[in-house]
Amino acid sequence: MSEETRRAVEVATPFDPRTAILAPGHTYASITDKISALVLTRRTPRGWFLGFTIAFLLLGLLLFTAAYLLATGVGIWGVTVPVGWGFDIINFVWWIGIGHAGTLISAILLLLRQPWRTSINRFAEAMTLFAVACAGLYPLLHMGRPWLFYWLLPYPNTMGVWPQPRSPLVWDVFAITTYATVSFLFWFMGLIPDLATLRDRARRRFWRLLYGFLAMGWRGSALHWHRYETAYWLLAGLATPLVVSVHTVVSFDFAISILPGWHATIFPPYFVAGAIYSGFAMVMTLAIPLRKFYELEDFITLKHLDNMAKIMLATGLIVGYGYMMEAFMAWYSGNPYERFMIVNRMRGPYAPIYWALLVCNVGVVQALWSSRVRKNVKALFAIALVVNVGMWLERFVIVVTSLHRDFLPSAWGMYYPTVFDWTMFLGTIGLFLTLMFLFIRLLPVISIFEMRALVPEVAEASRPVSS
Amino acid sequence: MSSVRERGVQRRQTSWDLATLRERLAERRGRVFWRSLEELAEDPEFVAFLESEFPTSAPTEVDRRTFLKLMGASLALAGLSSACTRQPTEQIFPYTRAPEEIIPGRPLFYATAMPLGGFAIGLLVESHMGRPTKIEGNPQHPASLGGTDVFAQASVLTLYDPDRSQVVIYRGGISTWAAFWGTLAVERERWQATRGAGLRILTETVTSPTLAEQIRQLLQLFPEARWHVYEPIVRDHSKAGARLAFGRPVEAHPRFGEARVVLSLEADFLTSGPERLRCAREFMARRRAETDVAAWNRLYVFESTPSLTGAVADHRFPVKASQIEGVARALARRVGLPVPEPEGASVPLDLRILDAIARDLVEHRGKSLVLVGEEQPPQVHALAHAMNEALGNIGRTVIYTDPVEAEPVEHMASLRELVEEMEAGRVDTLLILGANPVYTAPADLQFAERMNRVRLRVHLGLYEDETASLCHWHLPESHFLEAWSDGRAGDGTVTILQPLIAPLYGTHSVHEVMAAMLGQAERSGYEIVREYWKQQFEAGRVEGFADFETFWRTVLHEGMIPGTSLPPISVSVRWEAIAAELATQPPRASEGVELVFRPDPTVWDGRFANNGWLQELPKPLTKLVWDNAALLAPAMAERLGVRNGDVVELRHGDRSVLAPVWILPGQAPETVTVHLGYGRWRAGRVGSHLGFNAYRLRLSEAPWVIEGIEIRRTDRRHTLVSTQDHHSMAGRHLVRVATLDEYQANPMFARELGEDPPDELTLYPPHRYEGYSWGMVIDLNACLGCNACVIACQAENNIPVVGKREVKIGREMHWIRIDRYFEGRDLENPDIYHQPVLCMHCDQAPCEVVCPTGATVHSHEGLNQMTYNRCVGTRYCSNNCPYKVRRFNFRLYADWETETLKMQRNPDVTVRSRGVMEKCTYCVQRINAARIEAKNQGREIREGEVMTACQQACPTEAIVFGNLNDPQSRVARLKAHALNYGILTELNTRPRTTYLARVRNPNPDVRAILGEERPHE
Repeated sequence: MSEETRRAVEVATPFDPRTAILAPGHTYASITDKISALVLTRRTPRGWFLGFTIAFLLLGLLLFTAAYLLATGVGIWGVTVPVGWGFDIINFVWWIGIGHAGTLISAILLLLRQPWRTSINRFAEAMTLFAVACAGLYPLLHMGRPWLFYWLLPYPNTMGVWPQPRSPLVWDVFAITTYATVSFLFWFMGLIPDLATLRDRARRRFWRLLYGFLAMGWRGSALHWHRYETAYWLLAGLATPLVVSVHTVVSFDFAISILPGWHATIFPPYFVAGAIYSGFAMVMTLAIPLRKFYELEDFITLKHLDNMAKIMLATGLIVGYGYMMEAFMAWYSGNPYERFMIVNRMRGPYAPIYWALLVCNVGVVQALWSSRVRKNVKALFAIALVVNVGMWLERFVIVVTSLHRDFLPSAWGMYYPTVFDWTMFLGTIGLFLTLMFLFIRLLPVISIFEMRALVPEVAEASRPVSS
Repeated sequence: MSSVRERGVQRRQTSWDLATLRERLAERRGRVFWRSLEELAEDPEFVAFLESEFPTSAPTEVDRRTFLKLMGASLALAGLSSACTRQPTEQIFPYTRAPEEIIPGRPLFYATAMPLGGFAIGLLVESHMGRPTKIEGNPQHPASLGGTDVFAQASVLTLYDPDRSQVVIYRGGISTWAAFWGTLAVERERWQATRGAGLRILTETVTSPTLAEQIRQLLQLFPEARWHVYEPIVRDHSKAGARLAFGRPVEAHPRFGEARVVLSLEADFLTSGPERLRCAREFMARRRAETDVAAWNRLYVFESTPSLTGAVADHRFPVKASQIEGVARALARRVGLPVPEPEGASVPLDLRILDAIARDLVEHRGKSLVLVGEEQPPQVHALAHAMNEALGNIGRTVIYTDPVEAEPVEHMASLRELVEEMEAGRVDTLLILGANPVYTAPADLQFAERMNRVRLRVHLGLYEDETASLCHWHLPESHFLEAWSDGRAGDGTVTILQPLIAPLYGTHSVHEVMAAMLGQAERSGYEIVREYWKQQFEAGRVEGFADFETFWRTVLHEGMIPGTSLPPISVSVRWEAIAAELATQPPRASEGVELVFRPDPTVWDGRFANNGWLQELPKPLTKLVWDNAALLAPAMAERLGVRNGDVVELRHGDRSVLAPVWILPGQAPETVTVHLGYGRWRAGRVGSHLGFNAYRLRLSEAPWVIEGIEIRRTDRRHTLVSTQDHHSMAGRHLVRVATLDEYQANPMFARELGEDPPDELTLYPPHRYEGYSWGMVIDLNACLGCNACVIACQAENNIPVVGKREVKIGREMHWIRIDRYFEGRDLENPDIYHQPVLCMHCDQAPCEVVCPTGATVHSHEGLNQMTYNRCVGTRYCSNNCPYKVRRFNFRLYADWETETLKMQRNPDVTVRSRGVMEKCTYCVQRINAARIEAKNQGREIREGEVMTACQQACPTEAIVFGNLNDPQSRVARLKAHALNYGILTELNTRPRTTYLARVRNPNPDVRAILGEERPHE
């Protein structure tokens, strides 16, 4: 349907939330056609090749850096004493945080029966998986002896030694592996009917076999659907607590320590809110180019962007509250180390980063109060990028400024990232984008069967009121 | 040891015999040796030799493998085998009474001494499987009383330095000792003809009786020859001052046992001077927590450059070096001496302060002491002697003896004389034994150019250094741990140095070279030293031993010859001479900027430049590593508009040097201090091209202070690396200080400044430590900040050196560090405090909670254990340690390749690889060794049986370690002391390492006067 027609229809039809999430005029077939065309029939656009090349080159950077790191040691990074964690943990938390939006959209919005989740949940969940993959590299590679990573897993061994269960890093292991596993299962489960669709529509034998194998014999029978729905909702129920628990456990990496700036009870909710905040910003950053370049505006409508912006605003406010409480509590506690820590953040050598953080995360996001801004795609994209950066700065401030000046002034130092800190980071972005591009090319970016489920409701709602 | 010595006559190389073969092979060692056997198997001449020696087995019938098998054993027995460590073939005596066989895993201790500045420090050296690995002080030696300094601790690394010279060098090419002996033989004939005209010997300070005797014999043999003495850290002024005051050369020895008031005029007596270790211990015995408050001593220091003695002082006055004479004159007059007018030109402080100090001195007649530093001119030294006499201190707090040095000349004069002779062309042969004058001679003497006129130049030294590169012959010298020798300590006590290992390379000691000079080539150092002492014994100069063998065994076992300290002599001051001198020398106006030279606190005069441990050791007060700097006061830096790292040009006349600036609070105004020992160009791979060469500005007439230099900013910058960037305690109560009065009024002041959570404040059931419970107390009154503990720990625990670039980021690996704080509001004269920080072995350790693999756990004896092979390197423990005492191997820092360095490693301690965390272990290997020993003997570990490396090295016994469950132990008693406190206890870490608060003993009158200027004091 052309742009003018669509707008005409929008004007003619009274406002209906169901219409807002799927442009009227679609049938089952047109939805399937449109989405599966990205995978099966459309010629791969040149832009995809360009993007994929850049992403792949960045991935090469990651491999090179990881190889150099394994060969030489963690010393190629800027970590030192007192700042034993730098970009490695900052990026770990950043990536894991990003992943939370996908799970929230997939699982929580499903349980809350929010229909607007349908067009975004597939790629958001993929985003989660890929973000977890990127995040998971860091705990492995930041270790001094990464080839012994398996000692963090509880397996019976000849040494008779188990991981030390009081350590948050061990909890991390469980949390992250659970998260990765459940996310993957959930995502794959959701893909099965669509894989079957692709299997049925694929023209070449190779793809038919591949999708067929992955579709696991899906026939679309009523029995299949019945069991499917049950399993899907069960997995959603499993994944829901993860949205809160995983980042809580990650926040324990900091909160369990004694360091001023880390040891704060507000960290679990603050981190979870921050994760959702940064996750939605990333979903927005992915959704906007996706809908533009693949002409998916019918499916990912302004309403979706509007809703996501509202969630961003809400979580942004919680995060802002967190900053405020940190500062207030530092003063109110009377603890000289806490007070120094907050003053150091505001006026010490890393002060510009702290203030940039506040501008990005608290200042800029206030624009989202305005519904005009929330409907302006370009503005939303810019704000989403700013929030992505701001959340990265927040992790930097938390990790580095707390460590670099703690209890004994004789041990104070500075942290300067080296070129390999940056190449590793860019490399993980490369990994993420590579996987994302492959996903877009090889799998349906939007959940076909869930979109199809919306057609009858939308068709009814878009019938003209006057008979 | 070279078997060349065992031959009497040199053979020519074309005729083969076993002796020549040995000679050829003696020059090579190790794997080369075996290869050379193979080569020899092909050599037709060698084959011919074999035929002649073993006619029945024609070697052509023997294949190479069999040949080696046959010959290998016999050649080995002939003394040619090169095992990787060899005990000296002579008998050396270990310090224990245990059987002398080496038991693998059990170290032996041998007594010897280290010569530094000529004077010996008594040592006990730990030897594992025939390799010396760790140096300790000899508790019975009167000059060290068991303490050591950084140089003694680090000297074991110099033994194994791969850059040490290993072969004889002739005109830049490898030669042999035999060739040198040949040359020497020819020269000796010439000297016999000319009675030694043109022969000059240059040594550093000699206290070795054997060497002194050898040189005297040489001078008797060749009467026209001359012996010159020079080393850069000259003690000429004190010698001249003593001569001025007493009319003859005498040496002063302070005794702090009775001293209640000590005045130091630029005398850093706690960390420099031949008797520094004894002085430090004696001084601190009167100001530690266990000292009775009434007997506490008081120290006043006037100095131009902040020193560790100044940091300890109760009153420290930063004063330009040239103005100290004025202070001395003013004080001398106030003590009752008729100091001639005019008085000190500009005494830069309130004269009432001097009144108060003088009053304090006079009130403590016979219990006071005035000391003057080497840098001050002779008349100030003489004034001090006069003051000590006037105060009745002679014989009580200071005694005088004859000079300990064998040749107590003024070094600068001696060197100048040599240079003049060289210039005039009267020096034909110059033999430099152990000195490095091309690098260390003052610039105005132009030693290198003038030395080039000498026809034959021979250098004996540990390294192929700057001087060696300009000499015809360079002879590799044996390290003191490889050679027989003897030496005197600062008080004259003789120690016979016994080697712990046969020379690693083809080196000889100075005695062996001197013997060759005397025509007795091939005599071993053992024979020489033993022969000398046999003569002494037979002449009756040693008493108390039945026979020589008993004497020999006993003195080697004990590490000293009892009764050889020089006896006190009675002296009286010739005031007229001093007054005359003072009258002719009006005190300087001291305008302009002064340049002060100091020996570097970690590389000394440059001889330790190639020692990685010492280069990486943060220098006291500045905490700089791998560099030297021009030290400026904050006000002067502000005036010049420079900050740390800006390069300035220091110019005097036509000589200039570029130096980076370092701002040091407490530096005297308008004074620039530079440290000698850097800017070397042939120190070895580690030490060359570091820092700037301060010798280029040094003058022979003014070796310590140059007045009126120009200082000019340049646009350049140099990266200076310091291990501590923040100098204040930021309001945290880390070093807790009170005056003696405040302490008496409120003994618990230290504990009140902190917060100790109640014992029940824990989620976990309390652990009861039965059996041993280890703990440590560090007395901040006694700690000098001298860093001996840091190097001792490095040597004991195989701690790697990481290099300047890594230290810049903060990755230095020292398990113990000395934190240095500047406190007070006056940046120009702050209070300086030192605090050694090591693992606190917290009973509620934050690090133990967060390790994911359980690599760090708490032992049932209270130790926080670091299990290297379980560590995966997440570094959470380091992040959670509030004391930041944990060190991480970010890269593979340990040197796994250099063979000789492997020999130094302590086999009881793991050498850590990359990715693993490490930290102080309370020397658990020593605890375990003591436990095993005690168990074998069926008893408990006794108090004092376990000494951590840091505790053992400390010259002032500031570190106390022991079993807290033993109520009689020193550590348990100190823990109960009022001054005992822990740092950061409010975090409920329950540290086992605690501190005794610092108590200052200021003079109430002086304080009142200062208080008018500084009301907050």
